[in-house]
Amino acid sequence: MTLQDTGLAAYNFAYLDEQTKRMIRRAILKAIAIPGYQVPFASREMPMPYGWGTGGVQVTASIIGPEDVLKVIDQGSDDTTNAVSIRKFFEKTAGVETTTRTGEATVIQTRHRIPEAPLKEGQVLVYQVPIPEPLRFLEPRETETRKMHALEEYGLMHVKLYEDIARNGHIATTYAYPVKVEGRYVMDPSPTPKFDNPKMDNCAALQLFGAGREKRIYAIPPYTSVVSLDFEDHPFEVNRFEQPCALCGAEGVYLDEMILDDKGGRMFCCSDTDFCEERRGEAESVSASNGEIV
Amino acid sequence: MQIPNGLDGQGAERHGRDKPLLSVSGVSHYYGDRIGCRNVSFTLYPGEVLAIVGESGSGKTTLLNCISTRMEPTTGEVTYRFRDGSVKNLYRMGEAERRFLMRTDWGFVHQNPADGLRMTVSAGANVGERLMAVGERHYGRIRETATDWLTKVEIAADRIDDQPRAFSGGMRQRLQIARNLVTHPRLVFMDEPTGGLDVSVQARMLDLLRGLVADLGLAVIIVTHDLAVARLLSHRMMVMKDGEVIETGLTDQLLDDPQAAYTQLLVSSILQV
Ligand SMILES: [Zn+2]
Repeated sequence: MTLQDTGLAAYNFAYLDEQTKRMIRRAILKAIAIPGYQVPFASREMPMPYGWGTGGVQVTASIIGPEDVLKVIDQGSDDTTNAVSIRKFFEKTAGVETTTRTGEATVIQTRHRIPEAPLKEGQVLVYQVPIPEPLRFLEPRETETRKMHALEEYGLMHVKLYEDIARNGHIATTYAYPVKVEGRYVMDPSPTPKFDNPKMDNCAALQLFGAGREKRIYAIPPYTSVVSLDFEDHPFEVNRFEQPCALCGAEGVYLDEMILDDKGGRMFCCSDTDFCEERRGEAESVSASNGEIV
Repeated sequence: MQIPNGLDGQGAERHGRDKPLLSVSGVSHYYGDRIGCRNVSFTLYPGEVLAIVGESGSGKTTLLNCISTRMEPTTGEVTYRFRDGSVKNLYRMGEAERRFLMRTDWGFVHQNPADGLRMTVSAGANVGERLMAVGERHYGRIRETATDWLTKVEIAADRIDDQPRAFSGGMRQRLQIARNLVTHPRLVFMDEPTGGLDVSVQARMLDLLRGLVADLGLAVIIVTHDLAVARLLSHRMMVMKDGEVIETGLTDQLLDDPQAAYTQLLVSSILQV
């Protein structure tokens, strides 16, 4: 992303003009009022390509204030090009403080992951969503998918899971695993791994989803029920990892595989880099206070 | 067949099925100034098979769409008796209820199986979809029921994970039938169900349909231009021309002794074959 400092100086706080922000806020309010329902909105051109999270960026731009502290992650990491670019974008256009610490952030924009550390009341998690419609893979007509949502006709979602089991012997969907929100709307948490689905359920933070190219916003208000779809004889299960994180020893967290060399050396470590660093930091300070040498 | 001859409604009454399943009253549909169908009335009893016969442009497909909630009639009423005995006007029901009815108590067999199937999911999922739509959440049971139905329509059980794209036209049509019947509907609409098939497989398909309809006690409204299909499957016939019903009666009687000149012409043309 190339941002011209001089050019941006002419823009409003957080880039979008106030009228656009009000329009997006109205969509967000409606989305919060109807958990899991996809609200159409007039998505604007952003100074970055689609696929770079323009939906999430517009949502963040509409809710962020000067007092907010922003964290941006991509695949769990604060350091990828995408995350760094979006963070810089808001540093420049809104002058807000940014952080990599989950606990310190008031707004967290994410692609692919939900932080491992439990979110708190008052925090907002903004997801960048490429494809918001969970029914689309089998029903390409939008008039029909809207009707299916309106009439709560969700048999098709189970057809997809059925096919999965018929082909693989188990539900092989690991990303964009469909959920039912507050017992009503079926929603695509895309493209987060299903490992994170349980974190959406009864979460203390507000969760907002923005799809820029598809012009949709949806939301999960705090403390909302989010249930992953499944069959009685093939219940929903999260991915399990055989070993703990090679760096911090954490168990029950989502791990990424790191290639160490070209001889096949590899290790598994936390995909949430902040979580991993904080744990290692704590371990160091504990060791230090015990007078040990690490 | 269970239904004795010579009975237009009264026969059903004698068998304790005394109340109409579907009542059509004064149904007309206009496309602008052009008549689709005009002032059609009839009743259909449980387990009864009615053939609507006519050439293309006769209004038979318009009528089928009007009575199966696929297209609202310009005037007229269609009422349906639900399993709980209540009778409802189809066009005064909410859309949710109407769609629910269509995928549970009703079936619709299209001439072209691709219109009634999901071509990119397996045969098993095609059959199982209606079960899942009404809340079945046990994979093993869905699969068992799907296997059962594939067997009933003479599709080998080991084809359950194949997509209909890999099936012949006849197999696709049989799969479409299984997909419709899995929820044990009471009324099935069929639009030229053998129309797209090779002549060589038509006879087998008609046999299969005849058996299923009788075994399940289905009420069927079948639209066809083919009097041979009507003769084999239906108890009663309605002949349409230019949007209107010109003759109606028991199939055997009507074919033996057609009254309207147009029907006589139709009958003489097939009986020569
Ligand atoms: Zn770690």
